[in-house]
Amino acid sequence: MAAFTLKINGQAREVDVDPNTPLLWAIRDGAGLTGTKYGCGVAQCGACTVYVDGQTVRSCSMPVSAIGTSEITTIEGLDSKEAKAVQAAWVALDVPQCGYCQSGQVMSATALLSVNPTPTDNDIDLAMNGNICRCATYVRIRAAIHGAAKSLEG
Amino acid sequence: MTVHDTKLSRRTLLKGSAGLVLGAYVARADKLFAQAAAKPSVNIAPNTFLIIKPDSTVTVLCKGIEFGQGPFTGMATLVAEELDADWAQMRADHAPSNPQLYKNLAFGMQGTGGSTAIANSYIQMRQVGAAARQMLVAAAADAWQVPAGEITVDNGVIKHASGHEGRFGEFADKAMAMPVPADPKLKDPSQFRLIGKEGVVKRLDSADKTNGKAFYTLDINEPDMLTVVVARSPKFGGKVASFDATAAKAVAGVVDVKQVSNGVAVYAKGFWPAKMGREALKITWDDSKAEKRGSAELLQQFRGLSKTAGKLVKAEGKFEESMAKGGRVIEVEYVFPYLAHAAMEPLNAYLKWDGDTAYARYGCQFPTPDHMAISKVLGLPIEKVKIDVLLAGGSFGRRAQQSTHQAIELAEVAKAIGPGKPVKLVWTREDDMRGGYYRPYCIHRMRGAVRDGKIEAWSDTIVSQSIMKGSFFESMMFKDGLDPTSYEGSNEIPYDVENFRCDMHQVDVGVPVLWWRSVGHTHTGYVVEAFVDELLEAAGKDPIEGRLELLSKKPRHAGALKAVAELADWKNYKVPAGRARGVAVVESFNTFVAQVVELSMTDDGPKVHKVWCAVDCGVAVNPDIIRAQMEGGIGFGLGHILYAEQTLDAGAPVSGNFDTYRSLRINEMPEIEVVIVKSTEKPSGVGEPGVPPLGPAVANALAKLGVGRPRQLPIVPGASA
Repeated sequence: MAAFTLKINGQAREVDVDPNTPLLWAIRDGAGLTGTKYGCGVAQCGACTVYVDGQTVRSCSMPVSAIGTSEITTIEGLDSKEAKAVQAAWVALDVPQCGYCQSGQVMSATALLSVNPTPTDNDIDLAMNGNICRCATYVRIRAAIHGAAKSLEG
Repeated sequence: MTVHDTKLSRRTLLKGSAGLVLGAYVARADKLFAQAAAKPSVNIAPNTFLIIKPDSTVTVLCKGIEFGQGPFTGMATLVAEELDADWAQMRADHAPSNPQLYKNLAFGMQGTGGSTAIANSYIQMRQVGAAARQMLVAAAADAWQVPAGEITVDNGVIKHASGHEGRFGEFADKAMAMPVPADPKLKDPSQFRLIGKEGVVKRLDSADKTNGKAFYTLDINEPDMLTVVVARSPKFGGKVASFDATAAKAVAGVVDVKQVSNGVAVYAKGFWPAKMGREALKITWDDSKAEKRGSAELLQQFRGLSKTAGKLVKAEGKFEESMAKGGRVIEVEYVFPYLAHAAMEPLNAYLKWDGDTAYARYGCQFPTPDHMAISKVLGLPIEKVKIDVLLAGGSFGRRAQQSTHQAIELAEVAKAIGPGKPVKLVWTREDDMRGGYYRPYCIHRMRGAVRDGKIEAWSDTIVSQSIMKGSFFESMMFKDGLDPTSYEGSNEIPYDVENFRCDMHQVDVGVPVLWWRSVGHTHTGYVVEAFVDELLEAAGKDPIEGRLELLSKKPRHAGALKAVAELADWKNYKVPAGRARGVAVVESFNTFVAQVVELSMTDDGPKVHKVWCAVDCGVAVNPDIIRAQMEGGIGFGLGHILYAEQTLDAGAPVSGNFDTYRSLRINEMPEIEVVIVKSTEKPSGVGEPGVPPLGPAVANALAKLGVGRPRQLPIVPGASA
């Protein structure tokens, strides 16, 4: 065990875990933030997607010891205009079914719109194909990303 | 997904007993079911289903579990309709385990499955709403000293012409204490404001499922709670011979290690040390009773059996005589793999046991049998056990456990470490995927004859494991020793064929199997629709016209087919070069779904560009949820027929994660257009019926493209390990 101070959503959080503990479990069991989900543990499904210094990362596959002073953003800390547009579009289209993967979907979609405000279907495929949805809500995810992009055009 | 013989359900209800499920349990003197059986009337008491707060929000307690298919919104719609509530004041939550109050009327016990949520609640939950409305009006009439008949309720506002006006919250306490009207009057469908209307009802759970607030079992984090992972046998049926926990206990954060009947449990402060502790265990397994056959050996056995006649399920006309007359005779074999459900949230459950009482919280799909299992393992009276149902990250059948294996394991891990230590049992993705309870492996051997442009003979020999054998469903559901969920859809095809035969070999394999979204229809829908298409092709018929000619006694199949033909402009549409279209129509759970698929071939297998879908599910309660379930069912069906397979290596399941158990991803999702067939039939379910037609529609499109109908699934070989 070792103590780490993680900067999560702008707050310093002390976690006392083994250095090899994946960031996911430091966030969930250590910091008690449960919006970020466990789905596979091997960076295949994207349910655990968070931002580390603004970049999307599969938190299940990054050891907490590698984080250092980097800024971590989880679904609980999303507050950019892109995030708000994405979440509003998700609700408007009733995208979620079981909902378990959707934190990761929203994180990836927000990251996409932050760098590409007008994504094509192909851009969406490339940005979102690391996020599995077993309910297969993909049709609505795609439509909601286009909807969010449109709303951001203002 | 389970008890979908509606004749049985109806008969059961008419008899006024709580059902044959109960009968089986009562015979075992299981008190919980006996209590439910003793109270056969349909519960419509508003104070058991509704929480009306002073702020006038109305929370509907949902009998079934919400894992995506929309019962929260559905139940609230039914209540709000008759209550004349404003949709904005509606909320939903899960009802706790209590089969007297919250049994599924199709099952006689509390549980979700068989696409029954709306079907079994349509009248009941409307009655709850109507009764509550009547009681609120009576309470207001009493308070205002005016005749109840002069009071109106509109959008959550109670009004009287004298100027009195109030909302539900003001009268709730008084109203809920009143006697419940025995037969509250329901609206005529022409008066509906919410049921079947577009755009007025939004899902109640969307916002929380978009901002990380939705609360699942994995999110439970109580003080003093231990996270538990269990090391289970790599082969099904293996037992612990001996184990050494020295290294496991040395892992920082590991609190204890205990043997349970299913393996060795590691208790830790958090998931990661539990998992690390488990990896440090040294276990010797006793495989003397384990299943040791691999997939190749099963294929050989099943294939051999499929070439012999099985136990007769149904025969009409003279099949063999007709076959002997020749013509165009076709024999084909279809092989279906084991499939894991692989819901996004792997299995998990929480239990707090203090020696005298037990409190479980998890995404429990079958509360009644689970309740009894926990009470039995812990030696507690049932009234000392409480189960709260939580949202679950999908199920697709996996959480509907007639074996109650997870509840037993949960109670055992709590018992093994002793009272006063709350446990959260967590399955990893690998545990979930290698843990069995798969869609059964099966083979269908189809034989048929076409003469003079007509299908004269049809037979289907099925080789499959039984899903219900050995469970409490066996005694009520088996027919002549056979499991109907293995042949449902194959024994009664919708098409007029004079000489028909369906027979089955029910094979025992030591791999636990379970219902998997649409159950038998996952394979029977495929073979029936691929085979009729093949025979119609041999007969020189158009796939849709040819089907319609044979559907003289099946107007709802025909209706769905005509609707999808119109939606897809079947006759006039110009299929782009390099693409082809295929069609299929399947009834499952009393819902009729027809789909047209357009695809092309790529180096990575078929690429499905678009799916047109028509669904007839009777009265459409929530049209947008129906569309969502069709979209999801299509994606779920497509991912599995293209890519998914669980194989066995000397009895041990090979795929453990999504790297080898390939899931459909967004770039593989087709465009989808859905039309809901207008109907006044009673509502039926939509959670499962979107799945079955997709596979055969793909197969038929591939045949049209010249690739041929895939005989062994998945279609893309090597996608899985």
